[in-house]
Amino acid sequence: MSEPLIFEHSRPGRTAVVQHPSRAPSADVPQQFRRTRPPALPEVSELQAVRHYTRLSQLNFSIDTHFYPLGSCTMKYNPRACNQLAMLPEFLARHPLAPAELSQGFLACLYELQEMLKEVTGMRGVSLTPMAGAQGEFAGVAMIRAYHQARGDHERTEIIVPDAAHGTNPATATMCGCTVVEVESLPNGDIDLEALARMVGPRTAGIMLTNPSTLGVFERRIREVAGLVHAAGGLLYYDGANLNAILGKVRPGDMGFDVIHMNLHKTFSTPHGGGGPGSGAVGVGERLLPFMPVPLVGKEGDRYRWLDERDLPQTIGRLSAFMGNAGVLLRAYVYMRMLGRAGMQRVAEYATLNANYLLARLVQAGFEPAYPERRASHEFIITLKRQAREQDVTAMDFAKRLLDFGFHAPTTYFPLLVPECLLIEPTETETKETLDAFVDALVAIQREAEQDAAKVKGAPYTLPVRRLDDVRAAKQLDLAYVPGEH
Amino acid sequence: MPFIPHTENDVKEMLAVIGAPSIEALFDEIPAALRTRALTGLPEALSEMEVTQLMERRAARDGRPLTFVGAGAYEHHIPAAVWAIVTRGEFYSAYTPYQAEASQGTLQLLYEYQSMMASLTGMEVSNASLYDGASALAEACLMAVRAHRKSRSARILVPATLHPTYRQVAHTLTAGQRLSFDVLPYDPATGTTQRAALDAYAGEDITAVVIQQPNFFGLLEDVDALTDWARANGAMAIAVVNPLSLAILKPPGEWGAQGAGVDIVVGDGQPLGVPLSSGGPYFGFMTTRREHVRQMPGRLVGRTVDLQGKPGYTLTLQAREQHIRRSKATSNICTNQGLLVTAATIHMALLGAAGLARVAAASQARTRELVEALTAIDGVELVFDGPRFHEAVLRLDRPVAGVLQALAARGIVGGYDLSAHYPELGDTVLVCATETKTTEHIQAYAQALRAIMADAQPDAAASRDARSGSSAAK
Repeated sequence: MSEPLIFEHSRPGRTAVVQHPSRAPSADVPQQFRRTRPPALPEVSELQAVRHYTRLSQLNFSIDTHFYPLGSCTMKYNPRACNQLAMLPEFLARHPLAPAELSQGFLACLYELQEMLKEVTGMRGVSLTPMAGAQGEFAGVAMIRAYHQARGDHERTEIIVPDAAHGTNPATATMCGCTVVEVESLPNGDIDLEALARMVGPRTAGIMLTNPSTLGVFERRIREVAGLVHAAGGLLYYDGANLNAILGKVRPGDMGFDVIHMNLHKTFSTPHGGGGPGSGAVGVGERLLPFMPVPLVGKEGDRYRWLDERDLPQTIGRLSAFMGNAGVLLRAYVYMRMLGRAGMQRVAEYATLNANYLLARLVQAGFEPAYPERRASHEFIITLKRQAREQDVTAMDFAKRLLDFGFHAPTTYFPLLVPECLLIEPTETETKETLDAFVDALVAIQREAEQDAAKVKGAPYTLPVRRLDDVRAAKQLDLAYVPGEH
Repeated sequence: MPFIPHTENDVKEMLAVIGAPSIEALFDEIPAALRTRALTGLPEALSEMEVTQLMERRAARDGRPLTFVGAGAYEHHIPAAVWAIVTRGEFYSAYTPYQAEASQGTLQLLYEYQSMMASLTGMEVSNASLYDGASALAEACLMAVRAHRKSRSARILVPATLHPTYRQVAHTLTAGQRLSFDVLPYDPATGTTQRAALDAYAGEDITAVVIQQPNFFGLLEDVDALTDWARANGAMAIAVVNPLSLAILKPPGEWGAQGAGVDIVVGDGQPLGVPLSSGGPYFGFMTTRREHVRQMPGRLVGRTVDLQGKPGYTLTLQAREQHIRRSKATSNICTNQGLLVTAATIHMALLGAAGLARVAAASQARTRELVEALTAIDGVELVFDGPRFHEAVLRLDRPVAGVLQALAARGIVGGYDLSAHYPELGDTVLVCATETKTTEHIQAYAQALRAIMADAQPDAAASRDARSGSSAAK
């Protein structure tokens, strides 16, 4: 199974002419501004393009085709209705600068989405404009900075981040001009409170936490963490990566967080699209309301309108040219309306049930959990350090062999704290039968590892390509097709 | 239960395996005092049919006005095949291609995209996309500061003719990093940035110069002179471009009298197969010279071979990224806009260079037709008459806001009011027509505007129209 590059299907003079505007006078461009050689785009028929890209799609694993238990990514079913309704012709044709009088239907959806997200997170205000989780994080830390600066508290530039944190947390803090201080996790997965107590002080801007943490366990002493940081004058940032674990069970606002970002592409089921678009709405408590990124949607009487710099003069500003990933917001809105009050509270229940069931089955089958004394949240970690030591079969080998069994691999080697780890997140939309089949596959691979380790180490065998040479990819950089070179 | 497949029997069996008495017991590590009560603020669930009716009602309420505004987002025809393929579950519901062997479809497509964008912009390498054009510019400024070996100032020259929101976003996203932006005034006669505006900075430590082509007014800047100034003065050149325009305009990789080109090219890819969609999701693109590739943010796909020597594709140079480098990463960026890039790649394949050039030329011609039709109206005049792409600035004899409101009441989105960002221009509006506009559409706009402008008391008429418009829209 392989497909040539689209450029290799190309023949000079071949075009999908039905796609050209029939009335196109020649361009009116003075010589000095004119392009002299056309770009090297393919010249193919419409059928060739359709067949080529359809074939490429068939080389992918996806939620629609495979179980995709990628920890920390919440690969749940993306309901088709969400896509279809966000792509109604009127929504697609709406220009971002269309006046509010011609946008009341669209604005109503966004306003209600803001309100629903406030309710499920326990925050006082929500801004939908961040275009991805990392931009939501940026907005969150920028608001924390703006808050301290507005109070004349200019020394607060340290952001505390747990050692288990997602890489975006420290990267975001740096991007916001803060320095990063790492706090360690205890062997049971909780934060080391004594170490934290020594760290906080007059330089503390805030702490960035995920709860449940990236270790897949709930931070039980969260109120003490909040108390310590608040007493020292810092604020608490909630990374919404794992919001699926607690939706309807405990709200970040009630845990004491001052600002959170939500990954609408995880918890609220908008598609991941092969790596985006995401959407990273932020929620804030009372103290950060004036600093939210704009635009927001406001309601006066029964009329909706945009709120901008004139309404929030202390805003951290704009993060996108218009209104973030508006179409993603509509998808999340439709999802939340279909789940409703009761459905929203069931998400965490069944995500947690599936994770704990899968963990229990794997432990029974002899796999080693990273935190055996803890409950799994919506995800959990197993460590394959014994297999690596005894059979020289690594977590990556297991991951690659799982592909042959028709399962996307779990997240590997994250969090970095746990050696040879698989971070497994089944989500609430999977059946028990699928989870059982996944256990069977891991058990079969374990048996192979004991009997014929080379077989596991050589995987995958049934995919479009065998294991790829990443070192060569980085050393002999080939980032674009150049005719004649391939 | 919406999207949850468990039967009662499943739950019973699963709890037995876990050894827990109830689902509730699985949350026993959360302190009781923190537990959420009922989410009373949420509405009850709707069935798919009910939510469909709700969304159709809301969409119908907004209707489909005739759109003559661009200002960074442009209405173009998108071949039916594009989104039919994009929304295939294999593309739509896949994650970032971390498991390369199970993601060859997305990876090969991204490699094709990178190849197309590099060629379209005349540069050597492209990343796999950023969030949007505005944030891509912010990333380009940060990249220039990292990549410039000599400059210490982190000082960036930005033309006043740059999209005003792009400038705002660049400020927001770089605020924590000591960058400074100096705004270059434009020549009031031409609406473009003159070399003289730059000469005030000769001999100073400037990290980069931003050049937008076409500029926010739709006019063509003398990009060769601006690029050469940057080069001669030791500054990097960052181009901000409309990718569609590059089908007919000189690519940034060839800007400069000798064709030496710029260092970084960014822009918004929306005109390449992405619907207006109320502002997003769009995608930002970034291309650069090979020498700067390690300073480039965002994902990159490389071609390599598997252990049997068969060609394949994989994410590469990940050591630049946040999940490896953490606080030392080139950016905190994590996702790209993969699905929109999927659309753009298929769009470019279907249109080809010839098709894109025809779309660009047709858009330019329609804008010319629009300008002729509107400036024939008393009280409407063209402000800058230099070479342009597909947008133009018109001056009215009265405040623009009221006129736009009156047009909206007639189902026409008439343009972008420039008075907030460019008060010195007076009552001016930025208009745009693309290949999607017919002579009838343009005549409908002209007729409506003529009627509004003929009104002796424009302000009173506008508010009357706005009132009747808002009740009609319900």
